[in-house]
Amino acid sequence: MTEQTLRGTVSPGRVVKNVLVVALAVVWLVPTIGLLVTSVRPQADIAASGWWQAAVRPHFTIVNYANVLTARNFFANFVNSFIITIPATVLPIIIGALAAYAFAWLRFRGRNIVFMIIVALLVLPLQETWVPVLKMQSRLGLTGRYLALWLAHTAYGLPFAIFLLRNFFGELPRELFEAAKLDGYSEYGVFRSIVLPLSVPALASLGIFQFVWVWNDLMNALVLLQDQHKFPLTVAIQRLLGSYGSEWNLLASGAFISMSIPLLVFFLLQRYFVQGITAGAVKG
Amino acid sequence: MKERGAQARAWLFVLPALVLLSAYLVYPTIQTFRTSLFGGTGFNPNRFVGLRNYLLLLTHDSLFLSLSRWPPSGALVNNILWLILFSGGTLVFGLLIAVLASGTRLERIVKSAVFLPMVISATAAAVIARFLFSPDASIGLLNALFVALIPGLTPVSWLGTSEVVNYALIATGIWIWTGLSMTVLSAAYKSIDPQILEAARVDGASPWKTFWRISLPMLSQPLSFVAITMIINSLKMIDLVLVMTAGGPAGTSRVIGFSFYWEVFNNNLVGYGSAVAILMLIPLAPLMAVQVRRIRRQESGK
Repeated sequence: MTEQTLRGTVSPGRVVKNVLVVALAVVWLVPTIGLLVTSVRPQADIAASGWWQAAVRPHFTIVNYANVLTARNFFANFVNSFIITIPATVLPIIIGALAAYAFAWLRFRGRNIVFMIIVALLVLPLQETWVPVLKMQSRLGLTGRYLALWLAHTAYGLPFAIFLLRNFFGELPRELFEAAKLDGYSEYGVFRSIVLPLSVPALASLGIFQFVWVWNDLMNALVLLQDQHKFPLTVAIQRLLGSYGSEWNLLASGAFISMSIPLLVFFLLQRYFVQGITAGAVKG
Repeated sequence: MKERGAQARAWLFVLPALVLLSAYLVYPTIQTFRTSLFGGTGFNPNRFVGLRNYLLLLTHDSLFLSLSRWPPSGALVNNILWLILFSGGTLVFGLLIAVLASGTRLERIVKSAVFLPMVISATAAAVIARFLFSPDASIGLLNALFVALIPGLTPVSWLGTSEVVNYALIATGIWIWTGLSMTVLSAAYKSIDPQILEAARVDGASPWKTFWRISLPMLSQPLSFVAITMIINSLKMIDLVLVMTAGGPAGTSRVIGFSFYWEVFNNNLVGYGSAVAILMLIPLAPLMAVQVRRIRRQESGK
């Protein structure tokens, strides 16, 4: 191992390294592949033999997907997921960006303390807010309405949104703001015409994060959205799992329908994903 | 006069955020603490009991904490197990994959594969894991492998056996969250100046020694960031346990977050459950302080 390894030569160390890396990747992928294969196998096959045997006798069908979408009405839950997720993504970006701009570039008393409280709120376990939030929802007549969940997701997403955007806004060059002031821009004008257009990558990162987070959320929808006709896919799957723990044909296809959207987002916009994760961390 | 106008306008920018944060995070936290001092069933417990809920939780609830038999058990103990193994596991695997994959031709594919469970919901991940852990050897791959490799072995009910269930859950958690740890550590590892590593190599240090003596110390900040994030995650854990085992069998896979959910929404003990939620805040409070200090340092470093 102490021998210098020249580029291109095959050293035992490099072989071991590659084998190990591939093995880990396989271990990480196989469980998902197993469910994917199961989702396209006929129900009788799933009960009779393991999914890995489909390699020997391949026989695939999309009937599970058709069943779960129509008979189990997952199509409605799919639509609900979008109805919940889109406003719950847009709202925290707007509200968070306004606040982040003030924290980064406007001077006001208490600015630093308020910002530090928001940073501390990043750590708060959100579940401990549910009971008071439910009471507030019923007092305000929000019970069973999408608006209840939109507002909750907005509030829960704000600490991260403000933190991420403030970091990004803070890096913009000071001269920009001084020049804008001389040109007679108002604070809002600066925000609207200078900060936002220059921050598209950060806004995109945040948007993708919040979208995937809300789309994947089970607990808040389960607890705060008290109308089963409005439940998203995650809750529908959880209920299917609870009542029919072994209907793997429906569970597998249902799970893949719910995974399809975040996976699509991930593969198309991977760069922004990684940016968002490393933004908060590496600077440390 | 002008200055006051600017102050007021600045507050207008933060007002919507502050209203929502106060209504959904700050005020409910205070309310939950108040509720934790009340007993009885129903959503508005009104019998003041002081700290009795806390006392009951720590001394008379064997599903929360049981010290009477060795080894200790209950949600609190399970959570400590989570904290150690989950945080340790995500760190070790994340670092291992980040370092091993770095510079190999398969790097992008490997990283995508490991990150994939991070992108899907805990619900979908739980379905995948329940399928993998199925006690039926013609459905669950894990049992199929065990039965094939070790003759005479009967399939194990991974999620139905109290001695194993926590490890199966934690393994699933590691499978999900390693992607985050890997991404952060990989970015940091790549930002190490290659000249430093080159100098070590020229000085005759083995790759092993270079890693332990040079790379690892240089990664201490991202490592501590990942560790804190994972500790926080393990203390908040709830959805994975709910979907995979609902705390079973016989309550042996409960964690603090799950206990809170179960006491409030299943057993209708709102005051008691609120006490669980407040107990959960105790280990998180110092982590809040750490987080704030970290950001402060970052600020002054600018």
